[in-house]
Amino acid sequence: MKRLDTEVLIIGGGIVGASAALVLAKAGRRVTVLERDLCGARSSGINYGGVRRQGRPEVQLPLSQRAHEIWGNLQSLIGTTGEYERSGHFKLARSEADMQSLIAYAELSRPYGLGIELISGERLRQQCPWLGGAAVGGSLCPEDGQANPRLVSPAFARAAAAAGTTLIERCEVLQVGHDGRDFVAEARQGDDTLQVRAEVLINCAGAWANRVAQAFGETVPLTSGHPSMVVTEPIAHFLPWSLGVEGGSIYCRQVARGNVVLGGGRGYVLDEQRARASHDSILGLLPQAAALLPALRHVHIIRTWSGVEGYLPDQHPVIGPSTTQLGLLHGFGFCGAGFQIGPAAGEALAELVLHGRSTIALDAFSIGRFLPAGADAPDLLSSHAERKIS
Amino acid sequence: MTRPAPVIVGAGPAGVRAAQTLLAHGLHPIVIDEAAQAGGQIYRQPPRGFLRSRKTLYGFEAGRAQSVHGAFQALREAIDYRPNTLVWNAQPGLLDLMDGMAQSASTLDWDDIIVATGATDRVLPFPGWTTPGVYTLGGSQVALKFQGCAIGRSVVLAGNGPLLYLVAYQYAKSGAHVAAVLDSSSLADRIAALPAMLGQPALLAKGIYYLAWLKLHGVPVHTHAQVQRVEGDARVHALVWRRENLARAGGKPGLEQRIECDAVGFGYALRSETQLADLLGCRFQFDALQRAHLPVRDRSTRSSVPGVYLAGDGAGIMGADAAELAGERAALALLQDRGITVDAARVAQIEGALARIGAFRLGLERAFPFPERWAATASDDLVICRCENIRAGELRAAVREQGAAEMNRLKALTRVGMGRCQGRMCGAAAAEILAHAAGLPVQEVGRLRGQAPIKPIPLGMHVPAPEPVAARVIALHAQEDAS
Repeated sequence: MKRLDTEVLIIGGGIVGASAALVLAKAGRRVTVLERDLCGARSSGINYGGVRRQGRPEVQLPLSQRAHEIWGNLQSLIGTTGEYERSGHFKLARSEADMQSLIAYAELSRPYGLGIELISGERLRQQCPWLGGAAVGGSLCPEDGQANPRLVSPAFARAAAAAGTTLIERCEVLQVGHDGRDFVAEARQGDDTLQVRAEVLINCAGAWANRVAQAFGETVPLTSGHPSMVVTEPIAHFLPWSLGVEGGSIYCRQVARGNVVLGGGRGYVLDEQRARASHDSILGLLPQAAALLPALRHVHIIRTWSGVEGYLPDQHPVIGPSTTQLGLLHGFGFCGAGFQIGPAAGEALAELVLHGRSTIALDAFSIGRFLPAGADAPDLLSSHAERKIS
Repeated sequence: MTRPAPVIVGAGPAGVRAAQTLLAHGLHPIVIDEAAQAGGQIYRQPPRGFLRSRKTLYGFEAGRAQSVHGAFQALREAIDYRPNTLVWNAQPGLLDLMDGMAQSASTLDWDDIIVATGATDRVLPFPGWTTPGVYTLGGSQVALKFQGCAIGRSVVLAGNGPLLYLVAYQYAKSGAHVAAVLDSSSLADRIAALPAMLGQPALLAKGIYYLAWLKLHGVPVHTHAQVQRVEGDARVHALVWRRENLARAGGKPGLEQRIECDAVGFGYALRSETQLADLLGCRFQFDALQRAHLPVRDRSTRSSVPGVYLAGDGAGIMGADAAELAGERAALALLQDRGITVDAARVAQIEGALARIGAFRLGLERAFPFPERWAATASDDLVICRCENIRAGELRAAVREQGAAEMNRLKALTRVGMGRCQGRMCGAAAAEILAHAAGLPVQEVGRLRGQAPIKPIPLGMHVPAPEPVAARVIALHAQEDAS
């Protein structure tokens, strides 16, 4: 059994955990990240790659705006652009009713400064000659964009390590608890066991975060979701924006290399950690894509994939302190929309550790909303027995 | 309720014998094949109306080709035969197909399936390998068999493996000028392998015959030969090679030699097409002999997934004769699992014959050892992945600077294997570069995960209105896949 003492232990090396580690390490804190697989292997590195504020619920916009600033400095922060570009994000309306929803969203989000433009009628035809029929208009957020999650998420982890974080990959946490003095986590590392003791614990375990929360008596209704993704062969550039459809499930973008990435529908589960794009989702997606973008009709798809994301019933993440254990913080359950907001969520968690409060209010994301009202305040003197979490 | 018909994927030697065996026991299989006619690659048939005789097309193999073609001809009316059809996805209980002619998708339920997907060449690039006029050995042979044309007027054939000599012989015999045969292995390798190969004197004799015939007809054959580069912009006009001194470690290589030619065929043995087995959930294991992760199968061809049988080169390279036997064995295993009585003596006979061929393959691998020094000698500017134009130096940089030590992570970071071939062509070479750069044994860098589609499919293909698919629960075995 190997032992390691650290100040802050983060479970999960995805974009949220790695961002928190990066901020903390830069502030001189001793941070350890335990990642069961490779950083960015499950959700942060396999997602669609939309870097989008438009369409998010109002309560997420302050954090999303802060994330927008962080994305703007990506190169200096993590040493790569990760193919991030502010290409614009365009949300289509296929009916007048959908257009009304987009207009309402433009109004609602105006105070936050997303800079949304509404496009319809003749201007839509002029600006979007590549659009198939069916669209009556749309809503453009010119500064939203896209990035390559396969590059960005591992780069956050590498940057955290370069800033002094102890980053341990392929190391699965088996159990975690608090002995009254420290958090104690036991993990499997190859054939060896690793025990980590820490003053602060941050739970960024994605779709598996409930096990950590449960160890401290905070069970949440977290479920796994598996986005179905498809990518075409590279073709000449024709699609300037990342596209979404109001009320629809299909979304797509054309990457710098020329491939078109499409998403929609749900994958099928191989096991707890792996999923694949499903027959139903692929065959559901292709005709929709051909109708939306006729230019794709004769293009080949070359690969599909899926991953494992954590979902909560109200479509909001859990970000913030535990209600039962001092020193425990949660950041998980981003409901398939964590890539853009992840760096700001990680930063906010780091601020809670560094200053005891975050610049952006996190009340709406408290884990308390899933717990029975009047849950006991943490009894800081009792010692928590270690509980198995796997 | 009647069970769905057994499915056979691939109509090469393994698939044809599997179909024949099932039919002989009263089952009428569905046979799905990408090609327009049965025969696979090895016995690929020319389009109708071509006049070349089987003897000229297949040489010594004419008898076997005739036998496989004849067997299929005799049964094709009794089975559900679907030529020009690609299996592009598999899930528990269903296959996704695409009719290549109509460009339309369809779905097929399966209960038991014989996977006989065959192989392609194992490619180890050299400078200039993407120049027009450079083909794989398999591609060179297909051009000859399928279209009756050579890849060039003056051809250099390079690499190693039995196919090298066979293709050289077939080219020279058909009237093409074979400017040279460049074998990366050595005569010493061949001699060391003889004891293991003596168990199959007929096969051994064939190999020796090809070599003798080439020598007799003045075709230059060089061993220890390492291709340095191909010259030419719009088309190959020369190949430069040199002799590696393998006898003494640190021995000096020979001088560069230049051969004028207008085409090159190369390859280093074959690699199995394992994507379908992967999508079907078969457990994989690294096979040191073939330097590849292969789906696990037992002597009876049963995979780790009940109802999935693996026959022929698609599950491990054993050659066409073994493929015929394995196809028959797979069919017998499927019949046994359906509770149908089969001839136990025949089962034992096939398993014995396959074991003997296995011993011969051991010898072949010793006779044509994988050029392990290849990765060390590949220069940084060598293109490894032609779809995405990724060079060896970029892969090494990802190892050095980003800690890549696993194939899927290397792919994510560099785009190697991210193109149209999805690593089918570049995966083996990329794994060698990665292992060498990371200082790991090649089995430890893992393998590219399989995902649908197995080969590219048109986004706009016709998709029929969805029908509810009967859900089946089939245990998918966890694989040792990282990231």
